[in-house]
Amino acid sequence: MTQTVLQAKNLVRDYHVGGGLLTKARTVHAVKGVSFSVEKGKTLAIVGESGCGKSTLARIITLIDPATSGDLLIDGNKVDIAHSALTPEMRRKVQIVFQNPYGSLNPRQKIGDVLGEPLKINTDIPAAERRDRAMAMLKKVGLAPEHYNRYPHMFSGGQRQRIAIARALMLNPSLLVLDEPVSALDLSVQAQVLNLLADLQDEFQLTYVFISHDLSVVRYIADDVMVMYFGEAVEYGSRDAVFSDPKHSYTRTLFAATPRADVESIKARLAKKKAA
Amino acid sequence: MSNETATLPVEAKARSGAFGEFWHYFSMNHGAVLGLIVFVLLVLVAIFAPLIAPHLPNEQYRDALLTPPMWHEGGKSTFILGTDAVGRDMLSRLIYGARYSLFIGLVVVVFSLTSGIILGVLAGYFRGWVDTLIMRVMDIILAFPSLLLALVLVAILGPGLFNAMLAIAVVLQPHFARLTRAAVMAEKNREYVISAKVAGAGHLRLMAVTILPNCLAPLIVQATLSFSNAILEAAALGFLGMGAQPPTPEWGTMLAAAREFILRAPWVVTYPGLAILITVLAINLIGDGLRDAFDPKLKRS
Repeated sequence: MTQTVLQAKNLVRDYHVGGGLLTKARTVHAVKGVSFSVEKGKTLAIVGESGCGKSTLARIITLIDPATSGDLLIDGNKVDIAHSALTPEMRRKVQIVFQNPYGSLNPRQKIGDVLGEPLKINTDIPAAERRDRAMAMLKKVGLAPEHYNRYPHMFSGGQRQRIAIARALMLNPSLLVLDEPVSALDLSVQAQVLNLLADLQDEFQLTYVFISHDLSVVRYIADDVMVMYFGEAVEYGSRDAVFSDPKHSYTRTLFAATPRADVESIKARLAKKKAA
Repeated sequence: MSNETATLPVEAKARSGAFGEFWHYFSMNHGAVLGLIVFVLLVLVAIFAPLIAPHLPNEQYRDALLTPPMWHEGGKSTFILGTDAVGRDMLSRLIYGARYSLFIGLVVVVFSLTSGIILGVLAGYFRGWVDTLIMRVMDIILAFPSLLLALVLVAILGPGLFNAMLAIAVVLQPHFARLTRAAVMAEKNREYVISAKVAGAGHLRLMAVTILPNCLAPLIVQATLSFSNAILEAAALGFLGMGAQPPTPEWGTMLAAAREFILRAPWVVTYPGLAILITVLAINLIGDGLRDAFDPKLKRS
């Protein structure tokens, strides 16, 4: 089954920085012509350093900000939020999970309402059924029904990220954008959340766009990898191809900068130390 | 605390409702409960004024001008808190005055709060020219001395209690608009707002349901302060002949009218002042309690 869920052609996003009294107006090219496509049930990882345009790209894909130029196709339909209003059906297809689990939940909304809100806005499902679905989703992401009536501040970072994932899944999206979903969590919780994401992907045939700067995480979850550098996609290919044979010098630098913790490299390092 | 909530069945907790939960947190603050008791008593006194008051508020006892309170030398037991310069019973006037003061405070706060919130949310949410237009108008209102502006407005609208309240509401309203705008701007770009947007929430829902409840804490405090401000400004307008007209037993007007007797008959000034003080204090305590109860971050989990 090779159904393309997301296709981007030559996406560009410019930010115009308004000139003040003493500074000239200038244009920042945040994303410079990026193209890629993701098939159903696959994961595309977007890797790059801070400020390289990863999050801007995430906002374009999630239909929060419009692209300056270029085409974005979701399930084969062209979407352009700059010129036409977004239909609710399109809105439901893409959801996002943010990096910061402490800022992404409304502090005044109980978890039940957080999960029920997308259904309330987009569907005519009665309250009782919304409640049942939210309860079911809570169980699915590894939380318990008694969490339904609690406020976000009563949860840990990992639990909140589970809630954020649950909220994103309430509308049965076909595409889930994960904007560094685990980088604010500690290592053991990172593993739990990544496993949860992998399980959910299998269960719902979800397509992920996974944004990260952590190569070990990317190696674990990605099918395809795109490396971004100053707004450009400098490397794009399957995970194995990119990791085994990086073409671009930036990718090589990036891989070299990653601390290696496998047994061979530790042995090699110790041997080097002994020799010195 | 946490053990207790954990053992409670989920269903029972859900049924106890939002009010039960609010009351639980509110009642933890003893000062707020005390303030609420005092305030409820005041409201009851205001409602049942004709039943409680020993005399009519405007009945003049010409043989008992400036009688001191009953426990002073020369006091009479019929006039518990004494009489004023034209022989009206102070206690009765204070009891009836509770009606006016509470009414003024309430109407002014409701007017200025609603208009201030609406303008502030619009300015903070849409920014751009909407923001510029609204906030520059607010700046102009704030640039006038508040009492002077209220005076001008009353002079245009004509003297009277209602017009005075309207004028005070206009004068106090920019504070609410500014506070709301600042809070909305801070909340607008938080990730939970973007999440709600991604979930499909429209502008109205984002403004009213997602953002506004997170901006209420400073507004509640400002509303309580404005309540007392409104009473004081109404009194000032009354003193200048532009607010409540003289026979009206409004506390501020009583205070202003009694100024010349402050040395000869201190009770004429003391008790209206005390009434204002107690009312304002009670409302401020309630405001504190409300803020604590509404802010989930202060709740114990």
